[in-house]
Amino acid sequence: MSIQAEHLTKLYGEQRAVHDVSFSIGAGEIVGFLGPNGAGKSTTMKILTGFVPQTEGKASVCGFDVEKESLEVRRHIGYLPEHNPLYLDMYVGEYLDFVGRLFGLRNRDARIRRMVERTGLGPEQHKTIRNLSKGYRQRVGLAQAMLNDPDVLILDEPTSGLDPNQLADIRELIRDLGREKTVLLSTHIMQEVQAICDRVLIINRGVLVADDKTEHLGSAAEGRIALTVSFKEELDPAGLKRLPGVLHVQSQGNRRWRLEIDEKAVKATGTSPEEMLFRFAVEQQLTLLGSEKEKRNLEDIFRQLTQNAGPAIPPTGQQD
Amino acid sequence: MIAIFRKEVNLFLSSLIGYIAIGIFLLANGLICWVFPDSNIPDGGYATLEPLFQFAPWVFLLLIPAITMRSFAEENENGTMELLATKPVTDNQIIGGKFLAALFLVGFSILPTVVYYFAISALASPPGNVDTGGIIGSYIGLFLLGAGFVSVGMFASSLTRNQIVSFIASLFACFLLFQAFDSVAMLPVFVGKADGILQLLSMGTHYRSISLGLLDTRDVLYFLSVVAFFFLLTKTVLASRKW
Repeated sequence: MSIQAEHLTKLYGEQRAVHDVSFSIGAGEIVGFLGPNGAGKSTTMKILTGFVPQTEGKASVCGFDVEKESLEVRRHIGYLPEHNPLYLDMYVGEYLDFVGRLFGLRNRDARIRRMVERTGLGPEQHKTIRNLSKGYRQRVGLAQAMLNDPDVLILDEPTSGLDPNQLADIRELIRDLGREKTVLLSTHIMQEVQAICDRVLIINRGVLVADDKTEHLGSAAEGRIALTVSFKEELDPAGLKRLPGVLHVQSQGNRRWRLEIDEKAVKATGTSPEEMLFRFAVEQQLTLLGSEKEKRNLEDIFRQLTQNAGPAIPPTGQQD
Repeated sequence: MIAIFRKEVNLFLSSLIGYIAIGIFLLANGLICWVFPDSNIPDGGYATLEPLFQFAPWVFLLLIPAITMRSFAEENENGTMELLATKPVTDNQIIGGKFLAALFLVGFSILPTVVYYFAISALASPPGNVDTGGIIGSYIGLFLLGAGFVSVGMFASSLTRNQIVSFIASLFACFLLFQAFDSVAMLPVFVGKADGILQLLSMGTHYRSISLGLLDTRDVLYFLSVVAFFFLLTKTVLASRKW
């Protein structure tokens, strides 16, 4: 087992940040750690990297106990902390050299060259970190985390604040890494988990609420879809709600409505959701301007599992 | 530890503040020793470096907090402490590296004043008639005092994420340790042995004792204990993230 957590609990004063979390991650898995902000993702990662100790429970990484054999753990992991702290006054190469020296790497120059190449930092490597864009800083953070050729990578929100192109690049890089390494990454972007992770852990208010293969979680949500429809005329949402299989109706303004539909219930009446809405429009003498089907498998599960969270959950998971 | 030492020295020397701090230190010492009429050596009539060793501690009070203020405060502010603490280095190595780097910079900034020794040696009558032993002793004293101030400054820096707070706190703490115990001991309430004990706690007393050219083990031991004491306090502060 690359990462093993047994009954981890962390108290900050009176506040319970992580409560009785257990999981184990095998070699070569890419695991997504999912949860609303403040759910305990970062705290769990800090425990695994030995930065803060757990209040109760046990954790080991690469077979080393995170508390008792902290130095060994740190030698075998690569860690990208949340917000990617960097020494802004250093040059990219200088910084990587510093990290290499901290690890006491012998083949430093070769490793650095390889990481610069792998993260695509080549054209920017002679700048100071302060002068890099967010995407490139993130690459520096990843290069730093991978420099010692770790067996386990722990990445705390590696893609936050990146533009779509950078996002795609970094995901590609992580997927690539996952071929040989164990990766635990935290995020609150559902698509990311679907795109790169083999397995998902969902944590809410410090409690692990789901631990399953990505495809299993996805299929559990099958049968529930979301449809956004727009009409030319105003209408009473009560009419929409009365339709068979419609679970939830939400106005999006501008005569657009977002419907959550149990597809099976609709199919049972011998029609499809789109057809049902078209007929509804004809009956009510409304003009249906368009309908859009959303894929929301994991997101749906995520919201179901974390709905009792106190703070608002970002509706699309995209906000930072 | 060497990695951290290198990084600290490089960052200091690649920033403007490094050159300003060292430049002002040398300028202030130069003015006091050679230009200002109240204190300059040529007008004093004796071939001695006493003005340097008398004023250097006061300049240290400004220089050393400026060198140490960023050591931990900046790491705390930028979150890079988390980066260091999750690399295979111990807290001792982190503190040790930073301490040695600051001490190296202090040594680096007093090094040019060695020129003064050769200057007064040439000016003395007959040339070369200077108290070389006393001056070497004084340099050792100054270096030990610097080490004491550095350890205080690092402790102050570890307490905060604000470099200005760190600077002011370490300036004040160094001043207290250097001078205040001495001055307080003069108060009439401390009679009998009490004033002697207070004076023993003061860096100033021990520094002046070494400056006389007498390298007493008690004075050296005093400075080493100050360094060890603040090293431990700093270590405790770093460990407090785990409480």
